[in-house]
Amino acid sequence: MVANVQTLLDEGLAALAATSDAQELENAKARYIGKEGAITALLRQLGALPPEEKKTFGATVNQAKQAFEAALQARRDALTADKLAKQLAAEALDVTLPGRGQPSGGLHPVTLVQQRIEALFRSIGFDVADGPEIENDFHNFEALNIPKDHPARAMADTFYIEGEAGGEPLVLRTHTSPIQVRYMLNNQPPIKIVAPGRVYRVDSDATHSPMFHQMEGLWVDEGVSFADLKSVIVDFLRRFFERDDLQVRFRPSFFPFTEPSAEIDVLGERGWLEVGGCGMVHPNVLKNVGIDAEKYTGFAFGIGLDRFAMLYYGVNDLRLFFENDLSFLGQFE
Amino acid sequence: MKFSEQWLRSWVDPQLDSEQLAHLLTMAGLEVEENEPAAPAFDNVFVAEVLSIAKHPDADRLNVCSVNVGEAEPITIVCGAPNVAVGLKVPCARIGATLPGDFKIKRAKVRGVESSGMLCSGDELGIPDGVDGLLLLPADAPVGTPIRDYLQLDDRLLTLKLTPNRADCLSIKGIAREVAALTGAAASPVLPQAVAPSIDDARTVTLHAADACPRYIGRVLRNVDTRAATPDWMKQRLARSGIRSISAVVDVTNYVLLEQGQPMHAFDLARIEGGVQARFAKPGEKLVLLNEKEVALDSDMLVIADDVKALALAGIMGGLESSVGDATRDLFLESAYFAPGVIAGKGRRLGFSSDSSHRFERGVDFGASRAALERATQLILDICGGQAGPASEAVGTLPARPPVTLRVSRVARVLGVQLSAEEIVAILGRIGLPAELAGDAITVTPPSFRFDIEIEEDLIEEVARVYGYENIPVSASNAKLAMLPLPGDARGRMALKQLLVARDYREAINYAFVEAKWEADFAGNTAPVKLINPIASQMSVMRSTLIGGLIAGLKHNLNRKQERVRLFEVARVFNGVAADVQPERIAALAWGARAPEQWGAGKDKVDFFDIKADVEALIAPRVAEFRRASHPALHPGRSAEVVLDGVAIGVVGELHPQWVQAYEIGQAPVLFELDVAALLSVSRIKAEPVSKFQPVRRDLALVVDEAVSVAELQAAFATVKNPLVSSVALFDVYRGKGVEEGKKSLAFKVLIQDTRKTLTDEEVDAAVNQLLRKAETCGAMLRA
Repeated sequence: MVANVQTLLDEGLAALAATSDAQELENAKARYIGKEGAITALLRQLGALPPEEKKTFGATVNQAKQAFEAALQARRDALTADKLAKQLAAEALDVTLPGRGQPSGGLHPVTLVQQRIEALFRSIGFDVADGPEIENDFHNFEALNIPKDHPARAMADTFYIEGEAGGEPLVLRTHTSPIQVRYMLNNQPPIKIVAPGRVYRVDSDATHSPMFHQMEGLWVDEGVSFADLKSVIVDFLRRFFERDDLQVRFRPSFFPFTEPSAEIDVLGERGWLEVGGCGMVHPNVLKNVGIDAEKYTGFAFGIGLDRFAMLYYGVNDLRLFFENDLSFLGQFE
Repeated sequence: MKFSEQWLRSWVDPQLDSEQLAHLLTMAGLEVEENEPAAPAFDNVFVAEVLSIAKHPDADRLNVCSVNVGEAEPITIVCGAPNVAVGLKVPCARIGATLPGDFKIKRAKVRGVESSGMLCSGDELGIPDGVDGLLLLPADAPVGTPIRDYLQLDDRLLTLKLTPNRADCLSIKGIAREVAALTGAAASPVLPQAVAPSIDDARTVTLHAADACPRYIGRVLRNVDTRAATPDWMKQRLARSGIRSISAVVDVTNYVLLEQGQPMHAFDLARIEGGVQARFAKPGEKLVLLNEKEVALDSDMLVIADDVKALALAGIMGGLESSVGDATRDLFLESAYFAPGVIAGKGRRLGFSSDSSHRFERGVDFGASRAALERATQLILDICGGQAGPASEAVGTLPARPPVTLRVSRVARVLGVQLSAEEIVAILGRIGLPAELAGDAITVTPPSFRFDIEIEEDLIEEVARVYGYENIPVSASNAKLAMLPLPGDARGRMALKQLLVARDYREAINYAFVEAKWEADFAGNTAPVKLINPIASQMSVMRSTLIGGLIAGLKHNLNRKQERVRLFEVARVFNGVAADVQPERIAALAWGARAPEQWGAGKDKVDFFDIKADVEALIAPRVAEFRRASHPALHPGRSAEVVLDGVAIGVVGELHPQWVQAYEIGQAPVLFELDVAALLSVSRIKAEPVSKFQPVRRDLALVVDEAVSVAELQAAFATVKNPLVSSVALFDVYRGKGVEEGKKSLAFKVLIQDTRKTLTDEEVDAAVNQLLRKAETCGAMLRA
């Protein structure tokens, strides 16, 4: 009898191993340990056996049932794992296909450079100021110590606008300096600003655009000196170009609105390169805007943002900045 | 100012090479813009004499010359130059010479005849003289002398880019003064000596404008040979300053201008009727100038006149009639000082400038007029012969040179470097600014050649310049620490730009001046702000809309085969000329597919609602109204005015079909343009508590006439003042089966929520019914 139990168990285990899905597994389970199952039937016979036999045979049948149940569970787990593996294999993607949806655009390189410079100056407490582009003679010239017919007016060829404002002729601002005039007229020191913007000069060739961008800087307070000017400019240029060893040179020059005045040169691979102008704010300018020139001193500087963008990104043709060609703009993500 | 380095070194010769000299000048504020050799490199070329000439036996155009190069035996050279002749002195390149262009001279046979060198033209030596053929040297040129030495070709030409304040350096004399001051080298200036008059002839000189012409000196010269040849040394110096030789008298006046910095003028004495006077032009007065142009003179233009007529435009250009020609025998030579303000701007008004006006409008040394006159007189007598009369001088109101005081403490304050009074006095003394020290104050009386020393800062600038900018420390200031304000209810325009970048737009920059047609087409503006002097007609008016530039950007990229264009620009527009009507705008354009061509996504074209979403994103968290409105650039049925808090802040829509056609764009782009200022204020966020009770969603499908807009229904819903209704949002629009023709079904998602308790069905139904009743006022029916 015991031998028969082993045979039955072997049959049952083989039946389980032969199943290939959950349904077959359930059928096999029913055949052996279900209500009408073969092993269940053996258990049912136990009651009829004498006590000694009952004990030993009962133990044998129960072991067989447990062995079958363990095999059943193992087979069930295997089938589930197998099914999941098949599903996962079926769901696999080509992960090398490109991502879908809307990409992002980009800012203009001049804006990127402007943003970078604004951030540098904001980090030392400079605010950002702004002003109109059609200016009157007072803000663009007179207040900046450039009287009518002064030879300095020939330094920048001016676009004139029809009409007048406050009895003054109108121009397209030739520099961002009128922004300092407006700011100083409305604010008393301490004044620390940078003022980016579009400026205009009658000039158009490979290296000149009739419209371009400047950034003006101004710091007026008690005790601001030429040494401070040098310090701020050198610091700015070294941070902007990320070169602590960048050589910067201040070369005496002339601007009607600063005195002393300097051109700012940096040492590049092909020698000294002019990158801007600066100087101590001329006392006449301070007087023109109602600031006490005895008490306060200050410095101002101006740089060309287009030129900085060319240097920073290695752009060699200024005209690319104004063509809006997507194959150019697309490089600035 | 362009000049020969050798000329400068004849005045002052510091122990510096050319490069160092240029650096010195540049770092003193006299920027050396160019520093080029007077002639290209070549060697082994000597002064030679042509001894004899014979026809080449086998070539008509060639001559076989016997040439003396300063050796015992003459050499034979085959020469093809048309102007070769016996007795000429010419440059001869010997065997082994290298000419410009790395052209090597070797022993050669020319058509069978041995040639031992080459006779050279100016072109071949890189010193073009305009002569077809050999460079002809003066008869007294010493044979055998290296040509580089003889013609002083080892010279360099320096060009100074002078700033307007440094008119004192517009001459050899001025530059030499500066170099001597900066280096301490001894100067050996040309000091003109007074010419003793040999005749009594003079013309009276009268000043009718004593402020405009504070000094006028003139002198008669008789029996001058105006056809005399200008000496080579003078021609060479003029040429190296970029000035062409014209005639001896004119050359002398130009030479003195370059050397002394004093513009000179010579009149034909025979053309002067009576005395000479300086006066302002009379009404209607005209003058034909040396450039043969007749100019109508304004009453603020100063002229030099005789008793009858204007002779010259003072300080700017001489008159043609009184100019010196070959027939001129007697001269009236002028050396004057004209006030800068009188000369400034006049040349530009007439459309030209001259070396003379360039100097007078910046300031000429009024203390040196006499010396220059003597110098010019002597040179003319030396070159052209003749007799000089006495100088007639009239003096008006010469510029005052009030003393300027400099405080030692102020120097430290402005420059940030502590200099002692003695150091400052020494620095000023070196550049010809004699300074007196009294306590903290240094007083300087500016010399007549400086026009830029009026206030204390002018002296500080001089001190800084000579002390050296590079010697001023780079020192961080003890600046007061103060944080910048950071308003919570505002954002920068960069935030707007970045938002559009995140939505796949690229930033464009367009010129602010556009063609007038764009203004008419895209803004309906027939009276735009005009430029007086545009550089081109298509850049003649200031834009009042950014749309034209974006359309141009679109076209540029379509021409370059781009399939999808999305551009934006932030810039000012010009509704007028006043400062407050130049608002900043933000505008964008989208053309082509909604998304870049890609796998697994549709190829739908971008439409109104895509761009409307961009506008909404720019305005969020605030919510704008979109009202149908007409705009010249846009499709009347597919555009809207954007209204925020009751104020129109811009437009959004498809480009009008007529412009799509006229500008050949093919498919309509969608655009928007908004006021930047309106977008910069944002309400500071106030957080609300999160409810523990879940909202209930009910969908409301309403059938309305096509003409009923979503905004009308939303407005009706808004009149329901039930606090439980937390939102009503459209989520579907349906037309077709089940919905009557001419009507549409709009599906709204209604969220109903109580933040304090769980809602009852009755409360929810009541709220939905309230919404439905209001919708019915717009003719809406619940969809069956």
